[in-house]
Amino acid sequence: MTALPPTPSQTVGPFYGYALPFPGGGDLVPPGHPDAILLHGHVYDGAGAPVPDALLEFWQADPAGGLAGAPGTLRRDPVTGAVAGRDPVRFTGFGRVPTDADGHWTLRTLRPGGAPYLAVCVHARGLLHHLYTRAYLAAEPGDPLLDSLDPARRATLIAGEESPGVHRFDIRLQSADPAEETVFLDFPTT
Amino acid sequence: MTDADARAARAAVPIAPGRAPADRQAPGGAGPLAQDQITAEIVQEHEAYAKRVAAGEPELHHAARDFTPYRSSLLRHPEQPPVTVRDPEAVELTGPVFGVTDVTALDNDLTRQHAGEPLGERITVTGRVLDRAGRPVRGQLVEIWQANASGRYAHQRDDHPAPLDPNFTGVGRCLTDGEGNYTFTTVRPGAYPWRNHANAWRPAHIHFSLFGTAFTQRLVTQMYFPGDPLFRFDPIFNSVPDERARQRMIAGYDHDLSVPEWSLGYRFDIVLDGPAATWTEPAE
Repeated sequence: MTALPPTPSQTVGPFYGYALPFPGGGDLVPPGHPDAILLHGHVYDGAGAPVPDALLEFWQADPAGGLAGAPGTLRRDPVTGAVAGRDPVRFTGFGRVPTDADGHWTLRTLRPGGAPYLAVCVHARGLLHHLYTRAYLAAEPGDPLLDSLDPARRATLIAGEESPGVHRFDIRLQSADPAEETVFLDFPTT
Repeated sequence: MTDADARAARAAVPIAPGRAPADRQAPGGAGPLAQDQITAEIVQEHEAYAKRVAAGEPELHHAARDFTPYRSSLLRHPEQPPVTVRDPEAVELTGPVFGVTDVTALDNDLTRQHAGEPLGERITVTGRVLDRAGRPVRGQLVEIWQANASGRYAHQRDDHPAPLDPNFTGVGRCLTDGEGNYTFTTVRPGAYPWRNHANAWRPAHIHFSLFGTAFTQRLVTQMYFPGDPLFRFDPIFNSVPDERARQRMIAGYDHDLSVPEWSLGYRFDIVLDGPAATWTEPAE
């Protein structure tokens, strides 16, 4: 069978800010949740400057390892159309966070069960096709991807614990030093 | 005010302090690049691509991320090749789901979000979202955003001196139906000036964001209008090296979708990448 050719990607541009982000996009669980962890970091360009107009998306397993997700990430009030807030009961597994003026972002979530990482999709002005990477909450011996990487580059995928429950994950879109540039991923379609 | 005065006034519009400017500033701090130079670079890139394909390299569906004519790409593309993941258990082979609580019935009508009606040419944009095997993508979130009929975004960092429209925000969303169909009612956006180079104008476009059943199918793209005279000048449209692939970003005017005395109809079908199933072409 001949596959249909895909629609090409184009940059998200500079003005997605009033369309794609939504209140609570980075809060997969509410503040004060006893099991919440924070994942945060900066996005940097090839000159080491923070990227203030990147948009990060996260997809992850729930704490039991489930990957079914749940609707309700961006619930709307049917009366006013306003944002009604994320489903307060079900864990949707999806987050969306724009970087701030300092190129910084924060995600509040639960530790994924099963696969020990969060899938990350990076969009930005200047980026013609989004990029995938992964944030591992710890160095995971035996993980097939991490094991396949040069140790220096492997470190770019480890979101180390800075303080209890707070993990740091910086993304470098480009670097002259291969060890510094974040490892980005490709998923074959065959 | 003469045209020259207007240009001078616009050049003097301050950009938000302390922020990297948006796409509308000449890069590198040097004088603005001429359109001729950008056009020559685009032609050079396309000719080089055609030679590679003629020499047997595969056709590409997507842009390279380091497309020099689009100056904002220079510092924002990786130098290292991506690492291929072949894990059948990869989290990315699943993806987020959305449901009827995530949208309201009016979210796909951008002309009914304010007290009055927006100015401009009312249009309907409809199409199907499919995977590469031709299967409909059902119940998934489609999001759009766009400039108003004058080419102005309702974004505080857009300083294009075209009028804002108090009756138009330019944001819509909906879920695909059981056959993968989506529909939006909106107005045709205007062309939009930016600062990649001197006298840079984007062809009229609507931004689209789509999800498939797998996170690897994520797509953000732009829909263009047929016959736009600005296509050949635009580095973003032309970042896609393959002519046939570029054509897939252009909606078709469909007279059967036009509603008498109401709106003009455009069809824009969308095919998402992957996931692996029945095809044999290599990934980009």
